[in-house]
Amino acid sequence: MAAKKTNPNKAAADELNSRRDFIKKSGLFTALALTPPSLVMASENKWDEKIAEYLETVPLSIEVNGTKHNLNVEPRTTLLDLLREQLQLTGTKKGCDHGQCGACTVHVNGTRILSCLSLASMQQNAQVTTIEGLSKGKKLHPMQEAFIKNDGFQCGYCTPGQIMSGIACIKEGHANSREEIREYMSGNICRCGAYHNIVDAITEVKEGGMLS
Amino acid sequence: MKNFQIIKALSPDTAVSSLNKETSAMFIAGGTNLVDLMKKNVAAPDKLVDITALDLKKIEFLRGKVTIGALAKNSQVAEDTSIKEKYPLLALALAAGASQQIRHMATVGGNMLQRTRCSYFYNTDMPCNKRVPKSGCGAIGGSNRMHAIFGASDSCIAVHPSDMCVALAALDATVLVEGPKGKREIKFTDFHRLPGNTPEKDTTLANKELITSIEIPDNNFTKNVHYLKIRDRSSYAFALVSVAVGLELKNNTIHDVRLAMGGVAHKPWRLTEAEEFLKGKTISETVFKQAADLAMKGARSYGDNDFKLTLGPNAIIEALTIAASK
Repeated sequence: MAAKKTNPNKAAADELNSRRDFIKKSGLFTALALTPPSLVMASENKWDEKIAEYLETVPLSIEVNGTKHNLNVEPRTTLLDLLREQLQLTGTKKGCDHGQCGACTVHVNGTRILSCLSLASMQQNAQVTTIEGLSKGKKLHPMQEAFIKNDGFQCGYCTPGQIMSGIACIKEGHANSREEIREYMSGNICRCGAYHNIVDAITEVKEGGMLS
Repeated sequence: MKNFQIIKALSPDTAVSSLNKETSAMFIAGGTNLVDLMKKNVAAPDKLVDITALDLKKIEFLRGKVTIGALAKNSQVAEDTSIKEKYPLLALALAAGASQQIRHMATVGGNMLQRTRCSYFYNTDMPCNKRVPKSGCGAIGGSNRMHAIFGASDSCIAVHPSDMCVALAALDATVLVEGPKGKREIKFTDFHRLPGNTPEKDTTLANKELITSIEIPDNNFTKNVHYLKIRDRSSYAFALVSVAVGLELKNNTIHDVRLAMGGVAHKPWRLTEAEEFLKGKTISETVFKQAADLAMKGARSYGDNDFKLTLGPNAIIEALTIAASK
Protein backbone atom coordinates (compact mmCIF):
# COMPACT_ATOMS: atom_id res chain seq x y z
CA MET A 1 0.00 0.00 0.00
CA ALA A 2 1.38 3.40 -0.92
CA ALA A 3 2.15 5.61 2.04
CA LYS A 4 -0.02 8.69 2.26
CA LYS A 5 1.93 11.94 2.24
CA THR A 6 -0.12 13.67 4.91
CA ASN A 7 1.39 14.95 8.12
CA PRO A 8 -0.23 12.82 10.82
CA ASN A 9 0.94 15.15 13.55
CA LYS A 10 -0.61 18.21 12.00
CA ALA A 11 -3.85 16.30 11.51
CA ALA A 12 -3.76 15.14 15.12
CA ALA A 13 -3.01 18.65 16.34
CA ASP A 14 -5.87 20.09 14.26
CA GLU A 15 -8.20 17.51 15.67
CA LEU A 16 -7.07 18.29 19.21
CA ASN A 17 -7.50 22.00 18.63
CA SER A 18 -11.00 21.62 17.28
CA ARG A 19 -11.92 19.28 20.13
CA ARG A 20 -10.53 21.74 22.63
CA ASP A 21 -12.53 24.60 21.10
CA PHE A 22 -15.63 22.45 21.11
CA ILE A 23 -15.21 21.51 24.75
CA LYS A 24 -14.53 25.10 25.77
CA LYS A 25 -17.49 26.52 23.84
CA SER A 26 -19.96 23.76 24.67
CA GLY A 27 -18.98 24.00 28.34
CA LEU A 28 -19.65 27.70 28.31
CA PHE A 29 -22.98 27.44 26.44
CA THR A 30 -24.38 24.71 28.66
CA ALA A 31 -23.27 26.52 31.77
CA LEU A 32 -24.94 29.74 30.64
CA ALA A 33 -28.13 28.14 29.35
CA LEU A 34 -28.90 25.69 32.09
CA THR A 35 -26.76 26.35 35.14
CA PRO A 36 -28.00 23.48 37.26
CA PRO A 37 -26.05 23.11 40.53
CA SER A 38 -23.74 20.41 39.17
CA LEU A 39 -22.65 22.58 36.27
CA VAL A 40 -22.12 25.61 38.45
CA MET A 41 -19.76 23.46 40.47
CA ALA A 42 -18.03 22.24 37.35
CA SER A 43 -17.67 25.78 36.15
CA GLU A 44 -16.22 26.93 39.46
CA ASN A 45 -13.64 24.18 39.25
CA LYS A 46 -12.93 25.18 35.64
CA TRP A 47 -13.26 21.59 34.49
CA ASP A 48 -13.78 22.62 30.89
CA GLU A 49 -10.51 24.52 30.87
CA LYS A 50 -8.74 21.71 32.64
CA ILE A 51 -9.88 19.21 30.04
CA ALA A 52 -8.81 21.62 27.31
CA GLU A 53 -5.37 21.89 28.89
CA TYR A 54 -4.89 18.15 28.71
CA LEU A 55 -5.47 18.21 24.99
CA GLU A 56 -3.21 21.17 24.46
CA THR A 57 -0.03 21.20 22.43
CA VAL A 58 2.75 23.74 22.77
CA PRO A 59 4.63 25.41 19.93
CA LEU A 60 8.27 24.40 19.58
CA SER A 61 11.04 25.85 17.46
CA ILE A 62 13.93 23.46 17.23
CA GLU A 63 16.92 22.98 14.94
CA VAL A 64 17.81 19.41 14.10
CA ASN A 65 20.91 18.64 12.05
CA GLY A 66 20.94 22.20 10.74
CA THR A 67 17.27 22.27 9.71
CA LYS A 68 14.88 24.52 11.59
CA HIS A 69 11.46 23.15 12.48
CA ASN A 70 8.41 24.93 13.83
CA LEU A 71 6.23 22.26 15.41
CA ASN A 72 3.43 21.68 17.85
CA VAL A 73 4.14 19.09 20.50
CA GLU A 74 2.30 17.64 23.44
CA PRO A 75 4.12 18.64 26.64
CA ARG A 76 4.70 14.95 27.38
CA THR A 77 6.46 14.20 24.07
CA THR A 78 10.08 13.27 24.69
CA LEU A 79 12.82 14.57 22.40
CA LEU A 80 13.37 10.95 21.35
CA ASP A 81 9.75 10.50 20.26
CA LEU A 82 9.80 13.87 18.53
CA LEU A 83 12.85 12.85 16.50
CA ARG A 84 11.58 9.39 15.63
CA GLU A 85 7.84 9.89 15.26
CA GLN A 86 7.40 13.50 14.18
CA LEU A 87 10.60 14.12 12.23
CA GLN A 88 11.07 10.53 11.05
CA LEU A 89 14.71 10.57 12.16
CA THR A 90 14.80 6.94 13.26
CA GLY A 91 18.60 6.70 13.51
CA THR A 92 18.34 7.61 17.19
CA LYS A 93 17.22 4.41 18.91
CA LYS A 94 14.74 3.71 21.67
CA GLY A 95 16.32 1.04 23.86
CA CYS A 96 15.08 1.06 27.44
CA ASP A 97 13.27 4.43 27.27
CA HIS A 98 14.25 4.95 30.94
CA GLY A 99 17.74 6.42 30.80
CA GLN A 100 19.52 3.17 31.49
CA CYS A 101 21.01 2.17 28.12
CA GLY A 102 22.21 5.26 26.23
CA ALA A 103 20.84 4.15 22.82
CA CYS A 104 18.98 7.46 22.55
CA THR A 105 22.08 9.67 23.07
CA VAL A 106 22.06 12.85 20.95
CA HIS A 107 23.87 16.18 21.19
CA VAL A 108 21.83 19.19 22.35
CA ASN A 109 23.69 22.49 21.99
CA GLY A 110 26.91 20.51 21.69
CA THR A 111 26.39 18.36 24.80
CA ARG A 112 25.52 14.67 24.85
CA ILE A 113 22.25 13.97 26.63
CA LEU A 114 19.60 11.24 26.76
CA SER A 115 16.73 12.15 24.45
CA CYS A 116 14.37 9.66 26.14
CA LEU A 117 14.49 11.64 29.42
CA SER A 118 14.25 15.07 27.76
CA LEU A 119 10.87 16.67 27.22
CA ALA A 120 10.74 18.14 23.71
CA SER A 121 8.69 21.04 25.06
CA MET A 122 11.72 22.07 27.17
CA GLN A 123 14.05 22.21 24.14
CA GLN A 124 12.91 25.59 22.80
CA ASN A 125 15.42 26.89 20.20
CA ALA A 126 17.79 24.01 20.91
CA GLN A 127 20.29 22.82 18.31
CA VAL A 128 20.13 19.05 18.13
CA THR A 129 22.57 16.75 16.32
CA THR A 130 21.61 13.13 15.72
CA ILE A 131 23.48 10.30 14.01
CA GLU A 132 21.90 11.44 10.71
CA GLY A 133 23.64 14.81 11.05
CA LEU A 134 27.21 13.52 11.27
CA SER A 135 28.14 12.69 7.70
CA LYS A 136 29.02 15.32 5.14
CA GLY A 137 27.18 14.19 2.03
CA LYS A 138 28.38 10.67 1.41
CA LYS A 139 31.51 11.13 3.52
CA LEU A 140 31.08 9.47 6.88
CA HIS A 141 32.18 11.09 10.13
CA PRO A 142 35.62 9.80 11.32
CA MET A 143 33.92 8.09 14.28
CA GLN A 144 31.52 6.26 11.96
CA GLU A 145 34.50 5.16 9.82
CA ALA A 146 36.38 4.01 12.93
CA PHE A 147 33.42 1.95 14.19
CA ILE A 148 33.24 0.16 10.84
CA LYS A 149 37.03 -0.39 10.66
CA ASN A 150 37.26 -1.68 14.26
CA ASP A 151 34.05 -3.76 14.28
CA GLY A 152 32.66 -1.53 17.00
CA PHE A 153 29.29 -3.28 16.85
CA GLN A 154 27.52 -6.52 16.13
CA CYS A 155 23.73 -6.05 15.93
CA GLY A 156 24.14 -2.28 15.60
CA TYR A 157 21.21 -1.20 17.75
CA CYS A 158 23.27 0.68 20.33
CA THR A 159 25.67 2.04 17.68
CA PRO A 160 24.09 5.47 17.00
CA GLY A 161 24.17 6.18 20.74
CA GLN A 162 27.71 4.81 21.07
CA ILE A 163 28.95 7.00 18.21
CA MET A 164 27.27 10.17 19.51
CA SER A 165 28.67 9.43 22.97
CA GLY A 166 32.13 8.55 21.62
CA ILE A 167 32.44 11.86 19.77
CA ALA A 168 31.40 13.74 22.93
CA CYS A 169 33.77 11.66 25.06
CA ILE A 170 36.74 12.92 22.99
CA LYS A 171 35.48 16.52 22.82
CA GLU A 172 34.99 16.60 26.61
CA GLY A 173 38.60 15.48 27.07
CA HIS A 174 37.68 12.15 28.64
CA ALA A 175 39.40 9.83 26.15
CA ASN A 176 42.94 9.95 27.54
CA SER A 177 43.22 6.26 28.40
CA ARG A 178 41.28 3.06 27.80
CA GLU A 179 40.13 3.15 31.45
CA GLU A 180 38.89 6.72 31.14
CA ILE A 181 37.07 5.93 27.89
CA ARG A 182 35.37 2.94 29.55
CA GLU A 183 34.30 5.06 32.52
CA TYR A 184 32.94 7.92 30.44
CA MET A 185 31.24 5.56 27.96
CA SER A 186 29.59 3.57 30.76
CA GLY A 187 26.21 5.14 30.03
CA ASN A 188 26.08 3.29 26.70
CA ILE A 189 25.24 -0.38 27.10
CA CYS A 190 26.07 -2.88 24.30
CA ARG A 191 24.30 -6.21 24.71
CA CYS A 192 26.52 -7.78 22.04
CA GLY A 193 29.54 -6.89 24.13
CA ALA A 194 31.50 -4.97 21.50
CA TYR A 195 33.07 -2.81 24.20
CA HIS A 196 36.69 -3.69 23.41
CA ASN A 197 36.30 -2.68 19.77
CA ILE A 198 34.30 0.44 20.67
CA VAL A 199 37.22 1.55 22.86
CA ASP A 200 39.57 0.77 19.94
CA ALA A 201 37.49 2.95 17.62
CA ILE A 202 37.37 5.89 20.03
CA THR A 203 41.09 5.57 20.77
CA GLU A 204 41.88 5.58 17.06
CA VAL A 205 39.84 8.72 16.41
CA LYS A 206 41.36 10.42 19.46
CA GLU A 207 44.93 9.54 18.47
CA GLY A 208 44.32 10.44 14.85
CA GLY A 209 43.30 13.90 16.03
CA MET A 210 40.34 13.61 13.68
CA LEU A 211 38.00 15.63 15.87
CA SER A 212 40.37 18.49 16.58
CA MET B 1 2.51 9.15 30.35
CA LYS B 2 -0.45 11.26 31.38
CA ASN B 3 -0.41 14.58 29.56
CA PHE B 4 0.10 17.77 31.54
CA GLN B 5 0.44 21.49 31.19
CA ILE B 6 3.93 23.00 31.13
CA ILE B 7 4.91 26.59 31.84
CA LYS B 8 8.29 28.28 32.03
CA ALA B 9 9.17 30.29 35.14
CA LEU B 10 11.39 33.35 34.72
CA SER B 11 12.18 34.08 38.37
CA PRO B 12 12.22 32.05 41.62
CA ASP B 13 9.31 34.21 42.80
CA THR B 14 7.09 33.36 39.87
CA ALA B 15 8.20 29.72 40.00
CA VAL B 16 7.00 29.44 43.59
CA SER B 17 3.79 31.39 43.02
CA SER B 18 2.85 29.43 39.91
CA LEU B 19 3.25 26.23 41.90
CA ASN B 20 1.34 27.69 44.83
CA LYS B 21 -1.92 27.83 42.92
CA GLU B 22 -1.92 24.18 41.96
CA THR B 23 -2.43 21.05 43.97
CA SER B 24 -0.67 18.69 41.62
CA ALA B 25 2.08 20.82 40.11
CA MET B 26 5.82 20.16 40.27
CA PHE B 27 9.05 21.90 39.35
CA ILE B 28 11.11 20.35 36.57
CA ALA B 29 14.76 21.02 35.71
CA GLY B 30 16.98 18.20 34.37
CA GLY B 31 14.05 15.81 34.46
CA THR B 32 16.27 12.71 34.58
CA ASN B 33 14.35 11.25 37.50
CA LEU B 34 10.97 12.98 37.20
CA VAL B 35 10.37 12.11 33.51
CA ASP B 36 11.23 8.50 34.31
CA LEU B 37 8.80 8.49 37.27
CA MET B 38 6.11 10.03 35.08
CA LYS B 39 6.61 7.33 32.45
CA LYS B 40 6.11 4.73 35.18
CA ASN B 41 3.06 6.62 36.48
CA VAL B 42 4.73 6.91 39.89
CA ALA B 43 4.51 10.70 39.52
CA ALA B 44 1.53 12.14 37.66
CA PRO B 45 1.50 15.95 37.99
CA ASP B 46 -1.17 18.01 36.20
CA LYS B 47 1.30 20.78 35.62
CA LEU B 48 5.06 21.20 35.38
CA VAL B 49 6.84 24.44 36.10
CA ASP B 50 10.03 24.48 34.00
CA ILE B 51 12.63 26.28 36.12
CA THR B 52 15.59 25.88 33.75
CA ALA B 53 15.53 29.57 32.76
CA LEU B 54 16.19 30.75 36.33
CA ASP B 55 19.55 32.33 37.06
CA LEU B 56 20.66 29.61 39.47
CA LYS B 57 23.48 27.93 37.55
CA LYS B 58 26.55 29.68 38.91
CA ILE B 59 29.33 28.30 41.09
CA GLU B 60 30.66 31.19 43.18
CA PHE B 61 33.71 31.08 45.41
CA LEU B 62 33.14 33.56 48.19
CA ARG B 63 35.06 34.28 51.38
CA GLY B 64 35.01 31.11 53.48
CA LYS B 65 32.58 29.16 51.31
CA VAL B 66 31.40 28.16 47.88
CA THR B 67 27.84 28.70 46.69
CA ILE B 68 26.56 26.32 44.04
CA GLY B 69 23.35 27.23 42.22
CA ALA B 70 20.59 24.62 42.35
CA LEU B 71 20.53 24.48 38.55
CA ALA B 72 24.28 23.86 38.14
CA LYS B 73 24.65 20.62 36.23
CA ASN B 74 26.24 17.63 37.95
CA SER B 75 28.99 17.48 35.30
CA GLN B 76 29.59 21.24 35.57
CA VAL B 77 30.31 20.90 39.30
CA ALA B 78 32.23 17.61 39.00
CA GLU B 79 34.59 19.09 36.40
CA ASP B 80 35.01 22.58 37.81
CA THR B 81 38.75 23.10 38.37
CA SER B 82 38.31 24.98 41.66
CA ILE B 83 35.77 22.48 43.01
CA LYS B 84 38.23 19.69 42.23
CA GLU B 85 40.96 21.61 44.03
CA LYS B 86 39.05 22.92 47.07
CA TYR B 87 36.27 20.34 47.51
CA PRO B 88 37.65 17.19 45.82
CA LEU B 89 35.34 14.89 47.80
CA LEU B 90 32.32 16.49 46.13
CA ALA B 91 33.87 16.14 42.67
CA LEU B 92 34.71 12.47 43.31
CA ALA B 93 31.20 11.65 44.54
CA LEU B 94 29.57 13.40 41.59
CA ALA B 95 31.79 11.61 39.08
CA ALA B 96 30.80 8.28 40.67
CA GLY B 97 27.11 8.94 40.07
CA ALA B 98 25.04 8.08 36.98
CA SER B 99 26.55 8.39 33.47
CA GLN B 100 28.10 11.39 31.74
CA GLN B 101 24.92 11.96 29.68
CA ILE B 102 22.81 12.06 32.84
CA ARG B 103 25.36 14.24 34.67
CA HIS B 104 25.11 16.72 31.78
CA MET B 105 21.32 16.92 32.31
CA ALA B 106 20.88 16.49 36.06
CA THR B 107 21.05 19.51 38.35
CA VAL B 108 22.37 19.80 41.90
CA GLY B 109 18.88 20.55 43.28
CA GLY B 110 17.35 17.68 41.33
CA ASN B 111 20.03 15.28 42.50
CA MET B 112 19.02 16.07 46.10
CA LEU B 113 15.33 15.54 45.32
CA GLN B 114 15.67 12.30 43.38
CA ARG B 115 13.48 9.51 44.70
CA THR B 116 14.61 6.10 45.91
CA ARG B 117 15.23 3.39 43.32
CA CYS B 118 13.50 0.75 45.50
CA SER B 119 11.84 -1.56 42.97
CA TYR B 120 8.58 -1.63 45.00
CA PHE B 121 8.41 2.17 44.84
CA TYR B 122 8.81 2.00 41.06
CA ASN B 123 6.32 -0.81 40.46
CA THR B 124 2.76 0.50 40.73
CA ASP B 125 1.43 -3.08 41.02
CA MET B 126 3.26 -3.47 44.33
CA PRO B 127 2.51 -2.08 47.76
CA CYS B 128 4.70 0.85 48.81
CA ASN B 129 4.10 3.24 51.71
CA LYS B 130 6.29 5.85 50.06
CA ARG B 131 4.28 5.87 46.84
CA VAL B 132 0.82 5.16 48.33
CA PRO B 133 0.77 5.86 52.09
CA LYS B 134 -0.63 2.98 54.19
CA SER B 135 -0.43 0.49 51.28
CA GLY B 136 2.31 -1.55 52.97
CA CYS B 137 5.98 -2.19 52.29
CA GLY B 138 6.83 -4.81 49.68
CA ALA B 139 10.54 -4.69 50.45
CA ILE B 140 10.17 -5.90 54.07
CA GLY B 141 10.08 -9.65 53.58
CA GLY B 142 10.58 -9.14 49.82
CA SER B 143 13.59 -8.47 47.61
CA ASN B 144 15.67 -6.06 49.64
CA ARG B 145 19.25 -6.46 48.50
CA MET B 146 19.68 -2.71 47.89
CA HIS B 147 17.95 -1.65 51.09
CA ALA B 148 18.70 0.16 54.33
CA ILE B 149 20.59 -1.09 57.38
CA PHE B 150 20.32 2.15 59.38
CA GLY B 151 17.34 4.25 60.47
CA ALA B 152 14.66 2.25 58.66
CA SER B 153 11.15 1.74 60.02
CA ASP B 154 8.32 -0.78 59.77
CA SER B 155 6.90 1.44 57.02
CA CYS B 156 9.92 1.76 54.75
CA ILE B 157 13.44 0.38 54.31
CA ALA B 158 14.30 2.28 51.12
CA VAL B 159 17.62 4.12 50.68
CA HIS B 160 18.43 7.51 49.20
CA PRO B 161 20.31 6.80 45.97
CA SER B 162 22.49 9.92 45.61
CA ASP B 163 26.30 9.91 45.71
CA MET B 164 26.62 13.71 45.66
CA CYS B 165 24.51 14.00 48.81
CA VAL B 166 26.84 11.70 50.75
CA ALA B 167 29.73 14.10 50.10
CA LEU B 168 27.57 17.15 50.91
CA ALA B 169 26.51 15.58 54.23
CA ALA B 170 30.17 14.94 55.04
CA LEU B 171 31.17 18.49 54.11
CA ASP B 172 28.61 20.23 56.37
CA ALA B 173 26.77 21.85 53.47
CA THR B 174 23.73 24.10 53.86
CA VAL B 175 20.68 24.15 51.59
CA LEU B 176 19.17 27.53 50.67
CA VAL B 177 15.48 27.46 49.79
CA GLU B 178 12.79 29.90 48.80
CA GLY B 179 9.07 29.38 49.28
CA PRO B 180 5.70 31.08 49.76
CA LYS B 181 6.84 32.12 53.26
CA GLY B 182 10.18 33.50 52.07
CA LYS B 183 13.77 32.30 52.21
CA ARG B 184 15.37 29.95 54.73
CA GLU B 185 18.41 27.73 55.24
CA ILE B 186 18.42 24.02 56.05
CA LYS B 187 21.45 22.16 57.39
CA PHE B 188 22.27 19.50 54.80
CA THR B 189 22.15 16.67 57.33
CA ASP B 190 18.62 17.83 58.28
CA PHE B 191 17.46 18.11 54.67
CA HIS B 192 16.75 14.41 54.06
CA ARG B 193 14.75 12.60 56.70
CA LEU B 194 14.24 9.12 58.07
CA PRO B 195 11.06 7.32 56.98
CA GLY B 196 9.28 6.84 60.33
CA ASN B 197 5.54 6.58 59.72
CA THR B 198 5.61 9.04 56.82
CA PRO B 199 8.01 7.61 54.23
CA GLU B 200 6.18 9.55 51.51
CA LYS B 201 8.17 12.56 52.68
CA ASP B 202 11.81 12.30 51.57
CA THR B 203 12.93 15.71 52.84
CA THR B 204 12.14 18.50 55.26
CA LEU B 205 11.44 20.85 52.36
CA ALA B 206 8.06 22.48 52.94
CA ASN B 207 5.29 22.37 50.40
CA LYS B 208 6.05 24.55 47.32
CA GLU B 209 9.59 25.40 48.46
CA LEU B 210 12.28 25.71 45.80
CA ILE B 211 15.96 24.90 46.37
CA THR B 212 17.95 27.89 45.11
CA SER B 213 21.51 26.90 46.06
CA ILE B 214 23.78 25.00 48.39
CA GLU B 215 26.70 26.36 50.36
CA ILE B 216 29.79 24.49 51.50
CA PRO B 217 32.07 26.09 54.09
CA ASP B 218 35.80 26.01 53.31
CA ASN B 219 37.66 23.07 54.85
CA ASN B 220 41.03 21.37 54.83
CA PHE B 221 39.84 18.13 53.25
CA THR B 222 41.73 18.72 50.03
CA LYS B 223 44.27 15.89 49.91
CA ASN B 224 43.38 12.81 51.96
CA VAL B 225 39.89 12.29 50.62
CA HIS B 226 38.17 9.35 48.99
CA TYR B 227 34.73 8.33 47.76
CA LEU B 228 34.50 4.55 47.68
CA LYS B 229 31.48 3.19 45.84
CA ILE B 230 30.72 -0.53 45.90
CA ARG B 231 28.26 -1.58 43.20
CA ASP B 232 27.24 -4.51 41.03
CA ARG B 233 29.27 -3.30 38.04
CA SER B 234 32.28 -1.03 37.93
CA SER B 235 30.40 2.02 36.63
CA TYR B 236 26.87 3.35 36.10
CA ALA B 237 25.07 1.54 38.91
CA PHE B 238 23.64 2.62 42.23
CA ALA B 239 25.70 2.01 45.34
CA LEU B 240 25.24 -1.09 47.44
CA VAL B 241 27.38 0.75 49.95
CA SER B 242 29.43 3.92 49.51
CA VAL B 243 31.74 5.77 51.88
CA ALA B 244 32.87 9.41 51.73
CA VAL B 245 36.03 10.14 53.71
CA GLY B 246 37.85 13.38 54.37
CA LEU B 247 40.96 13.25 56.55
CA GLU B 248 43.05 16.16 57.77
CA LEU B 249 46.34 14.59 58.80
CA LYS B 250 49.24 16.06 60.72
CA ASN B 251 52.20 13.64 60.82
CA ASN B 252 49.93 10.60 60.62
CA THR B 253 47.68 11.97 63.36
CA ILE B 254 44.06 12.62 62.49
CA HIS B 255 43.49 16.30 63.18
CA ASP B 256 39.98 16.31 61.69
CA VAL B 257 37.84 13.78 59.87
CA ARG B 258 34.54 13.46 58.03
CA LEU B 259 32.79 10.18 57.35
CA ALA B 260 29.47 9.50 55.67
CA MET B 261 27.85 6.50 54.00
CA GLY B 262 25.49 6.06 51.07
CA GLY B 263 23.26 3.15 50.14
CA VAL B 264 22.57 2.32 53.77
CA ALA B 265 19.74 4.61 54.88
CA HIS B 266 16.80 6.80 53.85
CA LYS B 267 19.25 9.72 53.98
CA PRO B 268 23.00 10.22 53.58
CA TRP B 269 24.34 8.61 56.75
CA ARG B 270 26.88 10.72 58.62
CA LEU B 271 29.08 8.72 61.01
CA THR B 272 29.62 11.28 63.78
CA GLU B 273 30.47 8.79 66.51
CA ALA B 274 33.22 7.20 64.42
CA GLU B 275 34.48 10.70 63.52
CA GLU B 276 34.76 11.66 67.20
CA PHE B 277 36.60 8.43 67.94
CA LEU B 278 39.11 9.01 65.13
CA LYS B 279 40.01 12.59 66.07
CA GLY B 280 43.46 12.75 67.63
CA LYS B 281 44.28 9.11 66.83
CA THR B 282 47.30 7.98 64.83
CA ILE B 283 46.29 6.24 61.64
CA SER B 284 46.46 2.45 61.76
CA GLU B 285 44.47 -0.53 60.58
CA THR B 286 43.37 -1.21 64.17
CA VAL B 287 42.07 2.32 64.67
CA PHE B 288 40.20 2.20 61.35
CA LYS B 289 38.66 -1.13 62.31
CA GLN B 290 37.55 0.24 65.68
CA ALA B 291 35.99 3.23 63.92
CA ALA B 292 34.17 0.92 61.50
CA ASP B 293 32.81 -1.16 64.39
CA LEU B 294 31.53 2.00 66.06
CA ALA B 295 29.93 3.13 62.80
CA MET B 296 28.00 -0.11 62.48
CA LYS B 297 26.39 0.15 65.91
CA GLY B 298 22.62 -0.20 65.54
CA ALA B 299 22.80 -1.64 62.03
CA ARG B 300 20.03 -4.08 61.15
CA SER B 301 19.53 -6.11 57.97
CA TYR B 302 16.45 -7.57 56.29
CA GLY B 303 17.51 -10.80 54.57
CA ASP B 304 18.80 -10.10 51.07
CA ASN B 305 20.90 -7.23 52.38
CA ASP B 306 22.53 -9.14 55.27
CA PHE B 307 25.84 -8.85 53.40
CA LYS B 308 25.83 -5.09 54.03
CA LEU B 309 26.59 -5.75 57.71
CA THR B 310 29.99 -7.09 56.57
CA LEU B 311 30.44 -4.97 53.44
CA GLY B 312 29.70 -1.75 55.37
CA PRO B 313 32.58 -1.89 57.89
CA ASN B 314 34.95 -3.30 55.27
CA ALA B 315 34.14 -0.38 52.97
CA ILE B 316 34.76 2.10 55.79
CA ILE B 317 38.18 0.57 56.55
CA GLU B 318 39.08 0.48 52.85
CA ALA B 319 37.98 4.09 52.23
CA LEU B 320 39.91 5.34 55.28
CA THR B 321 43.00 3.39 54.20
CA ILE B 322 42.89 4.76 50.65
CA ALA B 323 42.27 8.34 51.85
CA ALA B 324 45.14 8.12 54.35
CA SER B 325 47.55 6.85 51.70
CA LYS B 326 46.93 9.69 49.22
